[in-house]
Amino acid sequence: MTEKLSTAAPGATLPGTGMPSTTAAPGPGAEGRQPPSNSPRRLLEVKDLKVTFPQHGGAVTAVRGVNYHVDEGEFLGIVGESGSGKSVSSLAVMGLLPSSAKVEGDILFEGKSLLGRSDKDMSRLRGDGISIIFQDPLSALTPVYTIGTQIAEALQLHNKGLSRLAANTRAVELLKVVGIPNPERRAQSFPHEFSGGMRQRAMIAIAIANNPRLIIADEPTTALDVTIQAQILEVLQKAKELTGAAVVLITHDLGVVAGNADRIAVMYAGRIVETGTVEEVFHKPSMPYTIGLLRSMPNLATAGHSRLVPLEGRPPLLSNLAPGCPFAPRCPVAIDACRTSEPPLTAIAGDPLNASACLRVAEIAGGVLDRRHLYPVPEPVAAAERAEVEPAKVLEVDRLQRHFPLTKGSVFKHSIGTVRAVDGVSFDIRSGQTLGLVGESGCGKSTTIMEILELARPQAGMVRINGTDVSTLSGRERKALRRDISVVFQDPMASLDPRLPVQDLVAEPLTVHGISARERLEKVRNVLDLVGLDPSMASRYPHEFSGGQRQRIGIARALVTDPKIVVLDEPVSALDVSIQAGVINLLQDLQEKLGLSYLFVAHDLAVVRQIADDVAVMYLGRIVESGPAQDIFDNPRHPYTRALLSAVPVPDPALERSRNRIILEGDLPSPTDDITGCNFRTRCPLFQLMDAAGQDRCLNQDPEPRPVGPGMVACHHAEHIELMGAAAGSRPGPAVGHQAGPEGP
Amino acid sequence: MRAAKADPLIGFITKRFINYAILTAIATLSAYALASAILNPAARYLGRNPRPSDETINAILDNLGVNPNTPVIERMWNWIVNLVTQGSLGETIHNTTVVSEIAARAGTSLRLLIIGTIIAAIVGVVLGVWGAVRQYRFSDQAISYGSFTILAIPSFVLGILLMILATMLNNLLGMQLISFTGEYTAGLDGGWWAHFWDRAVHLLLPTISLALMGAAAYSRYQRSAMLDVLSADYIRTARSKGRTRGSALVRHGVRVALIPMSTYFAYSFATVLAGAAVTELVFSWHGMGEMLVNAITQSDINAFTGAILFNAVLILIAGTLSDVVYAALDPRVRV
Repeated sequence: MTEKLSTAAPGATLPGTGMPSTTAAPGPGAEGRQPPSNSPRRLLEVKDLKVTFPQHGGAVTAVRGVNYHVDEGEFLGIVGESGSGKSVSSLAVMGLLPSSAKVEGDILFEGKSLLGRSDKDMSRLRGDGISIIFQDPLSALTPVYTIGTQIAEALQLHNKGLSRLAANTRAVELLKVVGIPNPERRAQSFPHEFSGGMRQRAMIAIAIANNPRLIIADEPTTALDVTIQAQILEVLQKAKELTGAAVVLITHDLGVVAGNADRIAVMYAGRIVETGTVEEVFHKPSMPYTIGLLRSMPNLATAGHSRLVPLEGRPPLLSNLAPGCPFAPRCPVAIDACRTSEPPLTAIAGDPLNASACLRVAEIAGGVLDRRHLYPVPEPVAAAERAEVEPAKVLEVDRLQRHFPLTKGSVFKHSIGTVRAVDGVSFDIRSGQTLGLVGESGCGKSTTIMEILELARPQAGMVRINGTDVSTLSGRERKALRRDISVVFQDPMASLDPRLPVQDLVAEPLTVHGISARERLEKVRNVLDLVGLDPSMASRYPHEFSGGQRQRIGIARALVTDPKIVVLDEPVSALDVSIQAGVINLLQDLQEKLGLSYLFVAHDLAVVRQIADDVAVMYLGRIVESGPAQDIFDNPRHPYTRALLSAVPVPDPALERSRNRIILEGDLPSPTDDITGCNFRTRCPLFQLMDAAGQDRCLNQDPEPRPVGPGMVACHHAEHIELMGAAAGSRPGPAVGHQAGPEGP
Repeated sequence: MRAAKADPLIGFITKRFINYAILTAIATLSAYALASAILNPAARYLGRNPRPSDETINAILDNLGVNPNTPVIERMWNWIVNLVTQGSLGETIHNTTVVSEIAARAGTSLRLLIIGTIIAAIVGVVLGVWGAVRQYRFSDQAISYGSFTILAIPSFVLGILLMILATMLNNLLGMQLISFTGEYTAGLDGGWWAHFWDRAVHLLLPTISLALMGAAAYSRYQRSAMLDVLSADYIRTARSKGRTRGSALVRHGVRVALIPMSTYFAYSFATVLAGAAVTELVFSWHGMGEMLVNAITQSDINAFTGAILFNAVLILIAGTLSDVVYAALDPRVRV
């Protein structure tokens, strides 16, 4: 494994290849570098940056005066919700904004201004001095060139003398550095043959190819699963160490920056509203927005113990900004002065690196206004309003199975395998309770709920609703039963017909059941009120509502038939962080008021911990561990659950840095693979720690779920789970995913 | 690894080729049936003065295998048997074999078609890409209006317009620089070079005419394919690696935007034949298009079917070619 890219020694020989290092040769890229000194040099300085997009009906200023700097080798996190201008400001640094955008202010890189330079001039810097990693690795790589070619291209663009062979050799080396197994072979692959995580590794390989001084990572892990996210963040850290580059990590997830960044800038409505070290921002936030954001985020460390504190309202539209502080309409401590003039970013306690754009910063920092009580904690549902629930099982799923045949050939179809999407899943939900079904994408969560909602005889196994086996139902009975079980989908925009007004959307399930128009209207008004929407808005169309409001419409539609069970398919994952809390609180309140049972499907474990009473963890079509939420989150007994939990970033820098990470190797295997014995053993960290006899059981015996402690665990060695913690703790640093094992040919 | 990938590809291409071959057969036989039902080969003889006897007409028609008194199925069967056993497509009403007729004319048409299509493709792609990159600017608008105008002009009008322009040019120069009647000047003296130059000059206007119509259509398709690609994330990635905008657009953009075009190129190559028929007539070229048109006007069933078969084979080749090109351009279809 190449441990070190030769950044320091120009012309040094790279280990393993015997050829002179090509990228570190003195060239245009190396001239700006100076010998390391004690005082870090300013690498990037953004001064009063404004970006305006001219549009029909007025210009939109997406970035409104942003100032920040990055020192050499520093890790800056920029946090903000969608539309806060965080991506636009980084594209401005790269000079990659559309030509219609008007950029004002100044951007200095190594003391030289980047604005007003020609495209040719900038292209010499891009990929060499500054490189960028984009969010969606599927669309960010050209589909028609191999991965190796695309990395070699980045090398050859900045080193004209580099031969094709040398560039290809170096590309393979870079793939190895970012942890792609069999790099020689994989360099020949096309992007569509890579998984999302592997594509993002390839993107990082391209970004570090020329040893840049600055790497901008724009939401690099947003499209990825949590275990893959952990791998990618490790690779990013490693890339930073190897190249010595400074990193600007742009994200909406406070947890992602907590463990990685040195300093943080929080953006809101096109401006930086708070900046400081991670400790300062996370432990002593002084801008009410930051405080609200931190309080409203479900947090794996604290979730489930207290109610979330929602950040009411929504970010302002930048096309039509009122005077004053843009956060004032949502701020619980706004005073009159906040509505007349926009507060500048002012230093807190004289420290220029720790600043906040709030008129009342002195009061908050000084403790006159207590951070913890800035936002009112919403009251729980009063005891009188709570519905009485009888403890009965409302939904029972027993050994549910759904296999899809995989066929080939267009004329003579023949089966070449089976996709085991759902492979013997059992769980039950009692009335008034929530079961959280968690797992990575592709594990079969969605197929499971679709099979349940089908209300038809499953391929194998049984589904009972209110004690009725759905396979025995007649068509009429099935339709009647549909009133009892309803669903809320992930994307509130896509799941609402844009051409229907809200009242028709919400009333639609009632029309199916033949309810009269007057009763429907009455009912719609009731449920809209219930989900916190003004019933007078019933005649409006979905596009007139914000994301959070749209999801409330989705919930209203699910509740309009007075169901007993609501299936929630990732109900908050498409929403901005500050909106999530309100929807989660609403779901909790509704459950208590109406005595609902929830089947809550999510990949965000913190959200699940906040809302679920019981948890079932899925992996490759099986439930590997289930039991009470408290127990599973505090003391996971299956190695997969343990790895999954450890991969979730927590928005607390101190906690995040002290945690032992278990990083799973590789990607989720394809559900068509035939894995003998335990299907998790290919990635299982515990499997590697077992002796030969123990490994033999994993290889040959399929573990059945068995009671361990208060829950069920499908692992032969659940009793030895503590070995994993010991092994992770003994390692000096977390290992990078693929690197651990010996690589095959 | 590449070799392992090629195997299913060859299988795929073979399968497609067989599909196209079956389609070619169906198209040709349908054309035969259609021609037999509509064309009346006897009419040609009935109008003669003196009118030949019915026996004579029947004998001629029987000899050609197009006698309407014989059931279509039987005639078709004979036609197929002749084709398979003797490689014969029957005789034209001018007592030449259809095969020799095609052999004499195919070269003329293909020369026009191949050169015209290649020029049209290159010009169309360049204009399309340019228009997309400069969307809504003056040059894009000019290209758009220009191509719409050409698409709206019937091909014979375009041919005549070109002739008028060429005549004006010739008059201006006071010499016969551009000739546009026929394929070559009959009875030209001189060596090989003089003959080559003569043919090239004759080729100029019909080729321009075909290329203009093709380029006008291609540029519209290429422009929209390119617009899809312009905003793609991988263009941004290529620029972030250090490519200039133009270089990223050419290396990464055009390369991807050409993928859907490959199908269009291949098929339009075959369909240009229909458009070329008019062009051939306007410029007095004796090509396949002329043969097809003449066959219809003269109720010559065998010549008609032969011309259709020629066209169908072109489509067969074009279709297979487009599959090969598509697979070569897009690694995602190589499964």
